[in-house]
Amino acid sequence: MNPVAEKPVVETNKTTRSLTLVQAVTDALGTMLAEDDRVMLLGEDIGKNGGVFRATEGLQQQFGEDRVIDTPLSEAGIVGSSVGLAVNGMIPIVEIQFLGFVYPAYEQIATHVTRVRMRTMSKYTVPMVIRAPYGAGVRAPEIHSDSPESLFTHMPGIKVVCPSSPADAKGLLIAAIKDPDPVLFMEPMRLYRAVREDVPVGIYEVEIGKGKKVTEGDDVTVITWGAMVPVAKEAVEKAKAKGIQCDLIDMRTLFPLDKDIIAQSVQKTGRVVIVHEAHDTTGVGNDILSIINKNSFLYMKAPIEKVTGFDVPVPFFALEDDYLPSPKRVEEAIEKVYTF
Amino acid sequence: MEELFPITQYVNEEGTFSDDSIKEEITSELVHTFYYNMLRIRTFDRKAKSLQRQGRLGTYALFEGQEAAQVGSALSLKKDDWVFPTYRDHGALLTFGANMPKVLLYWNGRAEGNLHPDRNIFPPAVPIATQLPHAAGAAWADKRKGNKNVSIAYFGDGATSEGDFHEGMNFASVFKLPVVFFNQNNGYAISVPIDKQMNSKTIAQKSVAYGMPGIRIDGNDIFAVYFETKKAFDRARNGDGPTLIEAVTQRFGAHTTADDPTKYRDQDEVDSTRDQLDPLLRLERFMKEHKYWDEKWEQEISIKISEEIEQAVVEMENFPKANVEDLFDHVFAEMPWPLQEQKEQYLQSVRSDQ
Repeated sequence: MNPVAEKPVVETNKTTRSLTLVQAVTDALGTMLAEDDRVMLLGEDIGKNGGVFRATEGLQQQFGEDRVIDTPLSEAGIVGSSVGLAVNGMIPIVEIQFLGFVYPAYEQIATHVTRVRMRTMSKYTVPMVIRAPYGAGVRAPEIHSDSPESLFTHMPGIKVVCPSSPADAKGLLIAAIKDPDPVLFMEPMRLYRAVREDVPVGIYEVEIGKGKKVTEGDDVTVITWGAMVPVAKEAVEKAKAKGIQCDLIDMRTLFPLDKDIIAQSVQKTGRVVIVHEAHDTTGVGNDILSIINKNSFLYMKAPIEKVTGFDVPVPFFALEDDYLPSPKRVEEAIEKVYTF
Repeated sequence: MEELFPITQYVNEEGTFSDDSIKEEITSELVHTFYYNMLRIRTFDRKAKSLQRQGRLGTYALFEGQEAAQVGSALSLKKDDWVFPTYRDHGALLTFGANMPKVLLYWNGRAEGNLHPDRNIFPPAVPIATQLPHAAGAAWADKRKGNKNVSIAYFGDGATSEGDFHEGMNFASVFKLPVVFFNQNNGYAISVPIDKQMNSKTIAQKSVAYGMPGIRIDGNDIFAVYFETKKAFDRARNGDGPTLIEAVTQRFGAHTTADDPTKYRDQDEVDSTRDQLDPLLRLERFMKEHKYWDEKWEQEISIKISEEIEQAVVEMENFPKANVEDLFDHVFAEMPWPLQEQKEQYLQSVRSDQ
């Protein structure tokens, strides 16, 4: 078993490949399985079947049944046994089939995954990644479409990451795998195959805890992540046609939030719209509000608007478009803060 | 089902052999090791209770009555094995080689109490049964590494009602992991008796559902506990997978020092059967019967044990005060900015008081 640092980055003649987000996830997993023998993938249907979204396609064939494991249908068992694997030297990467199915494992995450370091004063640690597709908008059967990130951002001891592009997905996933602490890696299922992008070959990291600007503008700051990035982008483009220029920020990490990118933009625009598909109350949007309140209060020119999922259970898909923030709702919020 | 899972016993309440098939394996050294360790953890348990009553220790979980189960199961562990205890298994931990002052520190609300040098001891499971999947996972890692280490998960009768009991047993069984699931059936989960916990007559029979060996042993007979657990460890080390052991025992006292057992059981009855059930008395009778007993030796080890415990109490009480920085420093390897800010702000406030 070789620790990560000992192996050189594999050189290839191609420097990028055009990949979808889900292919970028597969690429990251395959790259790290090849890099570090301690890495193991565990999940339901991830082996022979390659995962219900094909995120682990071909990996069991390539790396064998003791590295890419079809587990029993048992979320607490998967996460719980991964705690044991992790404290005894492995790097388990767990796939929860849908983030809305994570609740049976919630006790293991809340009580053990996130607390082993604290309970043992860093003698034992849990370098584990919990990957899961999340969110609505793909006409999935009920309960498959939750976006429960704030259940985890509220939980001390775990980082929460949520990419919206293929290149970020690979770089953030590799960073999550190399992270010495647990990371919840949320994959926006409606973006799995939405776009292709040039993704670097081999190992690279996108730093956890750093957002990025998607568009630049001086009038309004729009802050979002994951599957809401394209929704917000559409609204930002429509606003632009009306002469409102927006900074669009993709947070990429939900804990710890990038307070600097928020302050830098908000102190310029003084007007903010926060967009997330999770329910409004106790959503991560409130943490962003709190950061703005603390660091940029005196720069504000208008009350902050939030465009979020409603405080209702994520509905059956006949109504999911009404539940989800739409470009129209975001655009209305942008206009509201702009004209305040 | 009870007929399919008869209780294995080698030495009965009177201290004589009910099954002497293990006779050849019994040495004077082994018998004395049993007695020494059982007396040691009983003395510790009583001291801890007394410390709690004096306000020198936090709420404490007592295990008196379960000494044979805890010593017998831990004695044949090897140094690199993994132990996944509950909060009532520090008798087993001390036998395995846990640091006694650290055990006391744990019960005094200190995280340092989980740092036992040179032993793989996971922090005690507080939420019930969550440690069974952990033990399966640690055993899985050892299986992948190709060594001969085993994991043992301790749990009580109440734990068998939890989902994690099933999930841990199932993983161990499906992946044929080197783990022993050691149940101490002491008849009560706090106040709820076993017949309200399950409608099955034994816990051992649950092994059938997982296709793994299950055995039911007299948990007050240290010979049964020691030899049967050792066999299970040997199977695990040889790649033959997990075993479920049900050690039928009892706790003589309360669930914890914060519990009053007279609310849910007749304590007089417990006390009246005590002479018959006490695992330490049984071993003493066996030793007297088989000429292993030596009054002078018993007195010597009693003194030695008391000294060790007193010394551990001194160490616990002289341990440096908890460091407020530790509140923040062991959540992540590298502290994220929200914690940094909170830490700095709080430390400033603390220092302004000084």
